[in-house]
Amino acid sequence: MLTIKNLHAQVEDTPILKGLNLEIGSGEVHAIMGPNGSGKSTLASVLAGREDYEVTAGSVDFDGTDLLELDASDRAREGLFLAFQYPVEIPGVSNLNFMKAAINAKREHQGLEAITAKDFLALVKEKSALVELSGRLRDRSVNEGFSGGEKKRNEIFQMAMLEPKLAVLDETDSGLDIDALRIVSEGVNAMRDAGRSFLVITHYQRLLDHIVPDHVHVLSDGQIVKSGPKELALELEAKGYDWIKEGIA
Amino acid sequence: MAYDGEDKILEEVTGKAYEFGFTTDIDSDKAPVGLNEDIIRLISTKKNEPEWLLEWRLKAFETWQAMVEPEWPHLQYKKPDFQAISYYAAPKQKKELASMDEVDPELRKTMDKLGISLEEQKRLSGVAVDFVMDSVSVATSFKDKLAELGIIFCSMSEAVLEHPELVKKYIGSVVPVRDNYYAALNSAVFTDGSFCYIPKGVKCPMELSTYFRINESGTGQFERTLVIADESSYVSYLEGCTAPQRDENQLHAAVVELIALKDAEIKYSTVQNWYPGDEEGKGGVYNFVTKRGICHTRSKISWTQVETGSAVTWKYPSCVLKGDDSVGEFYSVAVTNNMQQADTGTKMIHLGKRTRSTIISKGISAGKSQNSYRGLVQIMPNADHARNFSQCDSLLMTDRCGAHTFPYIETKNPTAQVEHEATTSKIGEDQIFYCLQRGIDEEQAISLIVNGYAKEVLNKLPMEFAVEAQKLLAISLEGSVG
Repeated sequence: MLTIKNLHAQVEDTPILKGLNLEIGSGEVHAIMGPNGSGKSTLASVLAGREDYEVTAGSVDFDGTDLLELDASDRAREGLFLAFQYPVEIPGVSNLNFMKAAINAKREHQGLEAITAKDFLALVKEKSALVELSGRLRDRSVNEGFSGGEKKRNEIFQMAMLEPKLAVLDETDSGLDIDALRIVSEGVNAMRDAGRSFLVITHYQRLLDHIVPDHVHVLSDGQIVKSGPKELALELEAKGYDWIKEGIA
Repeated sequence: MAYDGEDKILEEVTGKAYEFGFTTDIDSDKAPVGLNEDIIRLISTKKNEPEWLLEWRLKAFETWQAMVEPEWPHLQYKKPDFQAISYYAAPKQKKELASMDEVDPELRKTMDKLGISLEEQKRLSGVAVDFVMDSVSVATSFKDKLAELGIIFCSMSEAVLEHPELVKKYIGSVVPVRDNYYAALNSAVFTDGSFCYIPKGVKCPMELSTYFRINESGTGQFERTLVIADESSYVSYLEGCTAPQRDENQLHAAVVELIALKDAEIKYSTVQNWYPGDEEGKGGVYNFVTKRGICHTRSKISWTQVETGSAVTWKYPSCVLKGDDSVGEFYSVAVTNNMQQADTGTKMIHLGKRTRSTIISKGISAGKSQNSYRGLVQIMPNADHARNFSQCDSLLMTDRCGAHTFPYIETKNPTAQVEHEATTSKIGEDQIFYCLQRGIDEEQAISLIVNGYAKEVLNKLPMEFAVEAQKLLAISLEGSVG
């Protein structure tokens, strides 16, 4: 599904990713952990195609397509979804209109007709139940006045609506209380599927108690320095990141 | 954003032709260029006007000659040469029309391009359209239906002949001849416009709408609109404009007067999309409009405007809250792009007790344009417990445009409550990226964000108008982020 080779990227001439390699198979859930400043969120931004992030070397193959050749909106239409660490508020734009625009953009890309109002509402009903998103939240402006937890639930709702091939969750657990964490995780788990992969970026082990990964990678100074099965996350939790750093040294 | 990216976007903007930039080829009955008493007599004669109106015009002309063009607006433009304009042009179409089939096919084609063909309007929307082209109304529909209710909705020329007592009583009563330079000029040379009278207690069952269109090269447009809502009546009035592409500047100096008598309500909505000129600002329409309404006891006037066109806009729809407990509202979205300049806002003059006014102004500036809000809230000594709330927001699309706010507040009564809020923000790259990441392209993202920003105002427009306005906003701002 996703093959990243020797990826180098910088922001305003400061190199952040320094030769990152990662392979995610179809249907797999990979977790990326690492200390602050190791490049976790940069990886998410580079994959999503954010403008300020400049790729200086390496390649990213997304399901047979050269991802780096596509602009951000085409990456999304090809099935890449980023759940934002800080979801953005768009005042005056209703959540549902926003989703309808997104779904129709994707359908147009696939050569399909715009979704009918009836199908759209049925989809909204089904997917919002997944993350217990109330009608009140669905009908409001995109993320405006949402609490931190509501914003994250809205991200997962959008993910469910758009049914991506690859979902990148950027610190989706940050700012969540235990109930919201459970709801968000259950939403993600319900979407696990043989044709869908996840890249879960997190600072803490606790999210991985709920979303159990197939593989865990440790990112440090722009490179993946250690990979292992899900138990690696527990080990990190117990020993801290210094243990890895010492291991490299 | 990188500079080469901006250049590319600018190229796209400038490369985009003005969508409604077509002209219709109709013979015009046109007055010679220039302005003097003889021209005014000619206009009056052509229109078979009564003597009192000619005298009124001549007096206005005298007043205008003694006035000077205002310098205070935040606008830079070449002053029009008033002697280089032809002050009268009427499509050559004299006889009364029995049906739509008799309308000039060229004219119908123009209406089709504008998407407002009368038969469609008649069939689909239930909107009576008084289509004003080059100053003379050429077709009026739904008149019979309105007549049953006693509603008068016709061209100003017709009203002058058919309802002289109403015209004589109210014309110039809200915007006096000497009010300002352009109002005086309009009073002297106005050729046509719309007239509307709603009788006592009648709620007008449909939106009344007039589409103005400037169609004669070098012809100034001097429309005169008068809307009178008698006691306890209600009317919603729509005005929308598009203009053909021109090389020389076209002057437009309209006057709109609204009279809301006791317990009446007038809702006046405008979508304005006149040719703004090319990327250098050349060839656009100059729009100097005086719009004002007077509110009697417990009445209400609500102005809603979406301004996307014109090279230069000078416009302050205002309310004189004369009666106790009367209400004035002003909702505005003003978009400027490229070299456009807009100096627009409102005046709320509180005279009566417990009068209330609300001002919501949303400015959007793109390209190298200049967008100013200018507003006056005036609470006079007798206006006990008057209240005003003003909110003026500005959205910047580039680093090269300007947004300015000039709020004037004069309170002469200690019991008044006046609130003013203002914000300025730049369109967020975070917001655009968020949309892109959901698969929505940049053009559509900007359209969504801008329409969201302007929603409070767009929501005040009647349904069909709101849809048109949303499209206009998107078209006006295509490729304008930088």
